[in-house]
Amino acid sequence: MTGTTPLSWYLVLSALLFAIGTVGVLVRRNLIVIFMAIELLLNAVNLTFVAFARARGAVDGQVIVFFVITVAAAEAAVGLAIILALFRLRGTTNADEVATLRW
Amino acid sequence: MLVDAAIASAEAVFVILLMLQVMSLGLFFERKASALMQDRIGANRAAIFGFAGLGLVNTLVADPIKFLLKEDVRLAGADRTLHALAPLVSLVPALAAFAVIPFGDVLVVGGRTIDLQAAHLDVGILYVLAMAALGVYGVVLGGWASNSRWSLLGGVRGSAQMISYEIAMGLALVGVVMTYNTLDLQEIARQQGRLLWGWLPAWGVLYQPLGFLVFFAAGIAESKRIPFDLPEGESELIAGYFTEYSGAKHLMFMMTDFVEVVLVAAMITTLFFGGWQVPWLARDGFHFPWGTVLALPGLLVTVLQVTAFMVKTIFFTYLQVAIRFTLPRFRYDQLMRLGWQGLLPLALLNVGASALVLLLVERAA
Amino acid sequence: MSPLVFLVVAALTVVAALTVVLHRNPVHSALGLVATMCLLAVLFLGLDAQLIGFLQVIVYAGAIVVLFLFVIMLLNLEREPRGLGPSVVVGAATTGAAGLAVLIVRGLTGGAPPADTTVEADFGGVAAVAERLFTAYLLPFELTSLLLLVAVVGAVAIAKRRPS
Repeated sequence: MTGTTPLSWYLVLSALLFAIGTVGVLVRRNLIVIFMAIELLLNAVNLTFVAFARARGAVDGQVIVFFVITVAAAEAAVGLAIILALFRLRGTTNADEVATLRW
Repeated sequence: MLVDAAIASAEAVFVILLMLQVMSLGLFFERKASALMQDRIGANRAAIFGFAGLGLVNTLVADPIKFLLKEDVRLAGADRTLHALAPLVSLVPALAAFAVIPFGDVLVVGGRTIDLQAAHLDVGILYVLAMAALGVYGVVLGGWASNSRWSLLGGVRGSAQMISYEIAMGLALVGVVMTYNTLDLQEIARQQGRLLWGWLPAWGVLYQPLGFLVFFAAGIAESKRIPFDLPEGESELIAGYFTEYSGAKHLMFMMTDFVEVVLVAAMITTLFFGGWQVPWLARDGFHFPWGTVLALPGLLVTVLQVTAFMVKTIFFTYLQVAIRFTLPRFRYDQLMRLGWQGLLPLALLNVGASALVLLLVERAA
Repeated sequence: MSPLVFLVVAALTVVAALTVVLHRNPVHSALGLVATMCLLAVLFLGLDAQLIGFLQVIVYAGAIVVLFLFVIMLLNLEREPRGLGPSVVVGAATTGAAGLAVLIVRGLTGGAPPADTTVEADFGGVAAVAERLFTAYLLPFELTSLLLLVAVVGAVAIAKRRPS
């Protein structure tokens, strides 16, 4: 097949990745894997932005993706530092065992 | 369209084979040149019907056969998939990075002008940095998947070292990008054909001397060669992150080492030493600064340019081998201090100074 | 990017994403994440986003996931006996996520499809993105650099061993 793929295909893939990421956040118990699923959510959004940027012919979508990547890097650094500190305190990365703030 | 695809594939295959040959040459240098430097003879025992070829037979024939025929050790308690994957993840990005290195200007054949660069990317420098970033995984996975404390220690040290020096490498390249206003390696090589004051070829090292030194140091650290080879610490960690590898996988890790040496040499040649430029050689012949014009057929010009590129790359490969057998190894904290407190500030200084100089030159013009 | 190539890359991306979420060994999940990032970078390149595609590989796949792997190795995480929560939660989450996906697709593709725009040759190249970044988006750019500084200081402060 030749020709270009329609925009909606990219959006369906992006929604699919977002759904998979959501399932990961809700269902996994290991904090680090939850964090990785969050990165998956961010990537799904990046794909949407880039697809729309191409469809509209405006580079602004890509600039926003630039910022999303940067913020994700900052967030990953701080989040993993928190997980490390938590592991030193509790000896576990299981989300069920660090639920002391839950009512 | 089919012809275009055929040309592109031929270029890709040519580049890979060429670089594998230079890598084998590097291996030969490593054994013979180091032997000469250390006042011994070096490998010369393997021979075919008495012809030992100065050790060429040993290095290029006997060694690969030995590696390929060795038993592939299967580890207990090690992750089999990751263990098999690590050498590939190490080698393939290093080889793939050669796609954007220009090894010549153009080849005019049958009315077609073929640009001698396997992939014409507008963002060639970013592509090389991306391949360097992916190479870290080979070290991380190799160390982790071997289920042995020497390997894990070597793997963690190695990847920490690689990501630290990636920063200095990237910043050194920022100066180059500012000078040439482009990220395309072929464009950068072409722009170095200008003449300063009518006679001096405007090679990158004249514009970015500090950038060259920082990039060279960071490149050697990135490929984990001596003096930065603590992750591989031959006398301390056995073989560091590739202790538990034998046979073909070990060969792949060693190949990565040399392929990266050639990659750093090729990048230095392209960015700082004119790439395929021969001084005063244009597409139609020599234009000497004192007025003589020596017209040459296009094919001869292309051959001269490709030869110039190969000579420069081999020179820098040899330089890295010579450095290996001259300097002692850095301790790990010295290594990290050099990366973060030495090369990084120098690279930042380079960026600032380059920006200032470019601004003043633009104002003056 | 031709539809056939897109379908192959998209299928691989979904498989890699499922590996991230479903595999019991955290190291394999991290590798699935690397694969997802690289495949997404391929999609970005197909969408004429050269700078963003390579930045995705350099920053996301080359630095962030390496950080994840470091933490996993430092904490010496093992393969989990059962990684998921109770089955009720899994069922509810999957149905909910499927519903969310349908909602998103309906919302995004609801309006009239944009006309097939042709873009100039250096769309998505460094010059084009940089021009937007340093003119219209200068303030977010400067704030992001501040954010990175705060993140670096914060991460070091949080993860430091307290001398106790």
